Amino acid sequence: MRALSAAETAATTHPWAIHAEGLQVRAGRQLAVNGLDLALNTGVHGLLGPNGAGKTTLMRSLATVLAPAGGRLTLLGRPVDGRADLRPVRRALGYLPQHFGFYPRFSVREFVGYMAWLKEMPKSAIPAAVQRAVDRVGLTARADARLRTLSGGMLRRAGIAQAIVNDPQILLLDEPTVGLDPEQRLDFRELLRDLGTDSCVLVSTHLVEDVAAACTDVVLLNEGRLVWQGTPETLAAQGDQSHPGDSPLERGYSAVLRRHRAEAAR
Amino acid sequence: MTPHPNLSQIARYATGDPGLDEASVWAIEVHLEGCADCRARLAGSTTADSRAMIERVAMSLDREIAATPAPVANSRSWSVLRHRWLVGTLGPWLAMTAAVLACAAVLSGLRAGLPSLVLLIAPLAPLPGVAVAWHRRADPAWELIAATPAAGLTTLLRRTAAVLAFVVPGLALVGAGTGASLALMLLPCLAFTAATLLLGTLVGVRRAAIGLIAIWTLAVIAPSLAAARIPAVLEADSAGSWALATALLTITALFRVDAFRRLSRQD
Repeated sequence: MRALSAAETAATTHPWAIHAEGLQVRAGRQLAVNGLDLALNTGVHGLLGPNGAGKTTLMRSLATVLAPAGGRLTLLGRPVDGRADLRPVRRALGYLPQHFGFYPRFSVREFVGYMAWLKEMPKSAIPAAVQRAVDRVGLTARADARLRTLSGGMLRRAGIAQAIVNDPQILLLDEPTVGLDPEQRLDFRELLRDLGTDSCVLVSTHLVEDVAAACTDVVLLNEGRLVWQGTPETLAAQGDQSHPGDSPLERGYSAVLRRHRAEAAR
Repeated sequence: MTPHPNLSQIARYATGDPGLDEASVWAIEVHLEGCADCRARLAGSTTADSRAMIERVAMSLDREIAATPAPVANSRSWSVLRHRWLVGTLGPWLAMTAAVLACAAVLSGLRAGLPSLVLLIAPLAPLPGVAVAWHRRADPAWELIAATPAAGLTTLLRRTAAVLAFVVPGLALVGAGTGASLALMLLPCLAFTAATLLLGTLVGVRRAAIGLIAIWTLAVIAPSLAAARIPAVLEADSAGSWALATALLTITALFRVDAFRRLSRQD
């Protein structure tokens, strides 16, 4: 029997956490996302695709940083295109960009607390929320260290802490495991699975093994369009030994991309 | 979650049995990451040597963690406050503004025949700071902040208020020293700030500030210095017009609040 993706099994009586119809988003003058249809709900969704597929542009538009150039986009049932009020959606968002900028003189606690303040969390709830977020990413012992003294992996974890400090309903993580050592990546996958039980988590990554280990659903983009969506097991079943890759999932990913490119070339 | 592997498969995985095909190894690894019960079964299937090695590594890690110095609580509330109201690189721009105003005051004192330089440049005084306050390259965390509910007008107004809180007292101080009219310095200064925000909704705040500085310099400052007289727009009876312009520009800028909710290409 074919495995069902999270998009197919999610309750249909509730609005989708993320729902895009014919979404177009510009990166500079180019349409990096062009006619994307996507529906995601609770769970951990892995966003895969080759370089230039439009993953980062899609993440930025879902984070409400970039306005859609066309189509429809709703987050948590609210439209976020045109002149919509973005504040209610942004309060329920967590976002870690690919290039994560920070203030080097801040401590981890100050930085996460500052982001909680920007997310308009109640002032009295911020200290406990910050402590919880810092604990969850394993930075308790370094909570009062300045960001400039942290290693790349620790900085990435501080970035994840600021993204989850408001217990977001939609969590967008762009290349979150870059710089993490193998042990930290295992911990991070555990955290992802935990977060995905009651939030919609979208993880953009080049690391197929992260998707295999932590995601309930795979979204494959190419040239700004959705080319495949399903469970990791179903994606792995798409490939065989004739396709390049070090694991069944990588071979499935290669097979789907090749098939899509061949169809597009016809 | 994938189905639980049976005990025989786990035992073969634990011993590295080459007969276990690659797809099965992959499926077991994926399953083990999410299933504590099967990890416990795997631990039971490992050899005594492996268990001893794991124990040694765990003890060594525990020792290292215990040896790590305890965190020292460190209050740096000024640092947080500074970033709540200003971007990190605003300081040099404000210092430059203060230096230019001070030079203008000194020059005005030295060259009595020229129109007051302080009065001429007062409308432009807050513009460099306002431009930097919402320029993405000036704020390392701009993309993080852009995705928060405080992004856009709230942040821009907060930072603009911080710039004005520095520039207005500076102008008042320099104005008092040179005898320039406070109303004729502050009202154009506020009108230009509002105009920058309004134009910024169309072309980006930085470009708006640069454009207004260029226009004012070419259309007012240069001719005024060449003619050695105060321009008509800064005569005493123009204060009412500046007040009206300030109010209208501020109200119009507030009506264009939507443009500040996202980052545009011009930012």
